[in-house]
Amino acid sequence: MKRFLLPLVIFLIMVGFLAVGLHLDPREVPSPLVGKPAPSFSLPILDDPKKTFSPQQMLGQVWLFNVWASWCAACRDEHPLLVALSKANIVPIYGMDYKDTNADAQQWLLQGGNPYLANATDIDGRVGINYGVYGVPETYVIDKNGVIVYKQIGPITLEVLTNKILPLVKRLQAQ
Amino acid sequence: MIPEIGHFALILALLVALILGSFPIIGAARGNAVWMGLARPAARVQFFLIAIAFLCLAYAFASKDYSVSYVAANSNSQLPLRFRIAAVWGGHEGSLLLWAMILSIWTVAVSIFSKHLPDDMRARILGVMGLVSVGFLLFMLMVSNPFDRLIPAAMDGRDLNPLLQDPGMIFHPPMLYMGYVGFSVAFSFAIAALLGGQLDSAWARWSRPWTTMAWVFLTLGIMGGSNWAYYELGWGGWWFWDAVENASFMPWLVGTALIHSLAVTEKRGSFKAWTVLLAIGAFSLSLLGTFLVRSGVLTSVHAFATDPRRGLFILVFLVIVIGGSLALFAWRAPTVGRGGKFGVVSRESFLLANNVLLAVASMSVLLGTLYPLFLDALGLGKISVGPPYFDTVFVPLMTPALFLMGVGPIARWKNATVPELALRLRWAFAVSVATALILPLLLGHWTPMIGLGLFLAFWIFAASAHLVRQRLSGDVATLLSRAKAVPFAWWGMVIAHIGIAVFTLGVTVVKGFESEIAVRMLPGDVAHLAGYEFKFEGVKDSVGPNYTASRGQFRVSKNGEERTMLFPEKRLYTVQNMPMTEAGISPALINDLYTSLGEPLDGGAWSVHIYHKPMVEWIWAGAALMALGGLMALSDRRYRLRRKKLTDQKILKATR
Repeated sequence: MKRFLLPLVIFLIMVGFLAVGLHLDPREVPSPLVGKPAPSFSLPILDDPKKTFSPQQMLGQVWLFNVWASWCAACRDEHPLLVALSKANIVPIYGMDYKDTNADAQQWLLQGGNPYLANATDIDGRVGINYGVYGVPETYVIDKNGVIVYKQIGPITLEVLTNKILPLVKRLQAQ
Repeated sequence: MIPEIGHFALILALLVALILGSFPIIGAARGNAVWMGLARPAARVQFFLIAIAFLCLAYAFASKDYSVSYVAANSNSQLPLRFRIAAVWGGHEGSLLLWAMILSIWTVAVSIFSKHLPDDMRARILGVMGLVSVGFLLFMLMVSNPFDRLIPAAMDGRDLNPLLQDPGMIFHPPMLYMGYVGFSVAFSFAIAALLGGQLDSAWARWSRPWTTMAWVFLTLGIMGGSNWAYYELGWGGWWFWDAVENASFMPWLVGTALIHSLAVTEKRGSFKAWTVLLAIGAFSLSLLGTFLVRSGVLTSVHAFATDPRRGLFILVFLVIVIGGSLALFAWRAPTVGRGGKFGVVSRESFLLANNVLLAVASMSVLLGTLYPLFLDALGLGKISVGPPYFDTVFVPLMTPALFLMGVGPIARWKNATVPELALRLRWAFAVSVATALILPLLLGHWTPMIGLGLFLAFWIFAASAHLVRQRLSGDVATLLSRAKAVPFAWWGMVIAHIGIAVFTLGVTVVKGFESEIAVRMLPGDVAHLAGYEFKFEGVKDSVGPNYTASRGQFRVSKNGEERTMLFPEKRLYTVQNMPMTEAGISPALINDLYTSLGEPLDGGAWSVHIYHKPMVEWIWAGAALMALGGLMALSDRRYRLRRKKLTDQKILKATR
């Protein structure tokens, strides 16, 4: 009798792991950038290409850096959350428009609302490489010293925002 | 309106599946003939309803109905009709509908070809299949309805993933699913037998052709997928040990073991409990594969969008189906009895050894596939398990398995002796060792792996040749009539085994002798690889229905003599803004030449990848031979005779 129970026991152990696995995200790869200073760059601003944006301008503030594009469907999902967050005035949000055209990007912001204080335009994606962007949208939480503290790959959800990003921002702002 | 009809048909199908999954099984337990009799009509009505749902979804795709959310997500107005139809199974919801559809096809097939089964057995088999169907229909209706509306409707669809826009998409998933789901028949036979306590050789005889059929489909499905990856992904590879490939390979390994152990159970009455366990295992691994693809617990190129509710549903479903059947197994299997005795050296023990090796191989694939998940769950970090693990585990397991394949068919049932076998196989052994030592040197270089692979391939060739000679030995005059007297199933076995040898030969040669270069080429440049000259004649722009492409042109020659032209493409699918590589391949028996375009570089130059893949086509030819062998086994006279005998009985009854 006992040896006939063996397959069942092995299966149940596996189910235990699978159940735990359901709550884990295999795509959540620890980014090597976390804990390092945000790579510096200087890129034209979307609304006024004569001016440039660079992360150094943000030293002394906690801020969110959101990489997006008008061609990105998942960005559409997180966009309303970003707009709502910007209205709450908790943390400044800066964007980077990634591998996009300015006309498309502006059209998109007109339609969906503009949560960003400014947008850097990374037309050829070179800065994106330094940031290890591999799936848009991606969002970075950067502290007062310009160090990346958290990286979200893929769209921000309400859950991530309330459980991870906002508490983290509060803690960093208090430092 | 049409999508609502489809949705309604699915709801009705669920109700019918509930009837199919309950009354016949209870009826069989109570001996109620009327309840058992519900099984066949219910199976047919279920098929009819799911077919309606399927056609409704196909219609929504064909007529570009972007008010259906699933259609809007997986199709586009520019997409050609054949891909719009194939897009029915291009996403999560639709591929579930395909699953349910194919399950209902198998169920109807069982209801048609089961006239010779006892009523209670048939009722139980169809009932178990009905219960599986309930699970899938519930899953669809609760969390993955393909008919969900999108209000307001989208202007246009988001297009089918460009990777899937390939003829392979039309055949590969249905074939694979026919295989996966086909194992549900063997599974249902096993559960029915456990429930009824009728684990005898008749049970094995009945479930054999179904198992073989499913195995043939699965073989062809995996072969098609591997071939598709070879020409579509542009890396020149044919197997990646991707989690989802593994998910189809595990049931194949266990299914292969099942076919062999069913043969022993039918002929010798042995291995009954083991055979039942394999039947449960093959289908359980198919279900597990479905879970892995859809729950998002693993990353894979094949994985569909994640939704934790879906993962939870499938996990609960797995626990009920697999846990339930393994519990039933633990409860009923001890009463089965052990069957005929056999010696340590006998065909039975060789088959058992091969069975165990195949099962262990399948478990090691499972371990490798789930290992990242285990570590992650235990908080021990993130790792990925790749080809190095699988290659190191697979070679030591498959080496004895392939060796035994040569010995098994020659050994006698019940009792054989080693000296006798050694005597009969000495020439086959000598031929294969000699080939393994000499052939690689003629081809260029010798490594232990090349030697081992060639030895195993030629060992199977030579042992099969010996087997055929032994079977047909005797007077030349009566050769033809004796060859005719040999059952088709036996020839099927020989062909399938030769298929394995052909496959092994292909893998060995391509792994041992392939070469590749990555070069920067300007129009007019010539690259050299494996004795061939590849002249790059520039890139032209071309336009497809829903993509724009840069089409490269290569003139291939050897020793100044022109051989072929290759046209690799770099496509940009406009809707999703996604670049795709179409390799330019010249397939050939011995030398596959393969080019793919990389990125355009400065000054009109391109980065170009050129591969020389000797005998890579043998890999798929071997798989095709295995499938052919399976088909030959299916067309065996025994199965036709039985049907004829049945019609005879009917005529007899009618005339009485």
